[in-house]
Amino acid sequence: MDLVTPSIGLIFWQAVTFLIVLFLLAKFAWKPIMKALNDREASIENALSAAEKAKLEMQALKADNEKLLAEARLERDRILKEATEAGNNIVETARQKAEEEGSRMITNAREVIENEKRAAITEVKNMAAVLSLDIAERILKRELSDPKTQEALAQDYVREVTLS
Amino acid sequence: MKRLLVLLFSFLTLTSAFAEEAAEGGKFEPGPMILHHIADDYLWEFAHGVELYLPVILWDNGELVTFSSSNFYNEDHERVPYKGYAMLHGHIFKVGADGEVLEDYPGLYNLSITKNIASMFISVALLLVIFFVIAARYKKNPGKAPSGIQSFFEPIIIFIRDDIAKANIGPKYERYMPFLLTVFFFIWFNNLLGLMPGGANLTGNISVTAVLAVIVLVVTVFSGNKTYWGHIFATPGVPRWLAPIMIPVELLGIITKPFALMVRLFANITAGHIIILSLFSLIFIFESLAVAPLSVAFAIFMNFLELFVALLQAYIFTLLSAMYFGGAVEEHDHAEGHH
Repeated sequence: MDLVTPSIGLIFWQAVTFLIVLFLLAKFAWKPIMKALNDREASIENALSAAEKAKLEMQALKADNEKLLAEARLERDRILKEATEAGNNIVETARQKAEEEGSRMITNAREVIENEKRAAITEVKNMAAVLSLDIAERILKRELSDPKTQEALAQDYVREVTLS
Repeated sequence: MKRLLVLLFSFLTLTSAFAEEAAEGGKFEPGPMILHHIADDYLWEFAHGVELYLPVILWDNGELVTFSSSNFYNEDHERVPYKGYAMLHGHIFKVGADGEVLEDYPGLYNLSITKNIASMFISVALLLVIFFVIAARYKKNPGKAPSGIQSFFEPIIIFIRDDIAKANIGPKYERYMPFLLTVFFFIWFNNLLGLMPGGANLTGNISVTAVLAVIVLVVTVFSGNKTYWGHIFATPGVPRWLAPIMIPVELLGIITKPFALMVRLFANITAGHIIILSLFSLIFIFESLAVAPLSVAFAIFMNFLELFVALLQAYIFTLLSAMYFGGAVEEHDHAEGHH
């Protein structure tokens, strides 16, 4: 039965020693060790979450970039389209203007020609009148004495008045 | 490899010790020999003839008496009384004036530094040195990866924290970490030291395990919250009229848990020592060297098993302590599913 009979000395020393060791280790070993372990785990945790955050940020940036790029592409297309339209408009306007100008010039020319023609005709008419009068005068001057002569004379005059 | 050599050395020393004992005492008696080896002693016998006499400290009715235990032995290594005290069956008694041993002498307390206590001091010194060194390393390189001895103990410390304390105690685990870590390494170190050649059987001593169990009991009782005491004095789901039976049973339960801790550790370690010693005794019982290879083979196997048991028992003691603390601080309202 000695085996299961506690001895006072051992209980005393064990209790005293264990409590002292517990105190010493708790204060000078476990506290700094646990603190260091917790700190390290916290720092690893922080580093991991920071990396995760950076990754998300990178993804957001990339998405932003792509959005910007797409917008830029759209803008470029729009500008190109507008420029083409503007060019076409300018050409069209110029063509219309030229056409108008041309037709206007043609009309003017026609008018001028008409006017010239009219003036020329008037002149011809006037000249014919003058000549007729002249002829008539000369015929009248010769006094219509000789019908032959008269006729010859008339013939003469008519020959003279070849419309040059 | 080193450990293996140590083990082999231990067998050699043990065997040689038995051989001489058997030769001296004539007839070999395994029972007393084994009990002698697992019991406490006032001298530390590393090998036969190499022994350290430990100090005897007595508290005799307010008077402190100290002397070396070598005074109890004369030149022929026979027991003799000294200063009015005599050593008998591992105990120290007051000797009366007529040379008669007084078994019922009151007021005599034996606080001697026995073999177990000396061994405990060594283990405690080891504990302090090792963990102070480790703590210093953590302070020196904070946030760095562990190195050397630090990296050996760190996974164990983290295991105790995560799988024993956090898993069983819950959010209040940090308060109990110092005790759990200390008790784990104290038991483990002493178990291993007990396996060393000439080592003392400290954790296989009921006084030691009793002190550890009482600390667990005290911590549990003082950590008990309302839920814990509620379960003891008004067990949920049990009719009121059963209280006169339930309360004593539950109160007894408070005691039996640490009591089981005490017996488990003591019995496991003591049994291991007894088995190994018995295997060696076979050689002398049969008085034949032919048994030796078989005995040694079994003893080597047992020694490896004991190395495992040393760790396992430290783990179980810590785990169960954590579970008892966890039960005491647990916060919950639902009665179902908890017994």
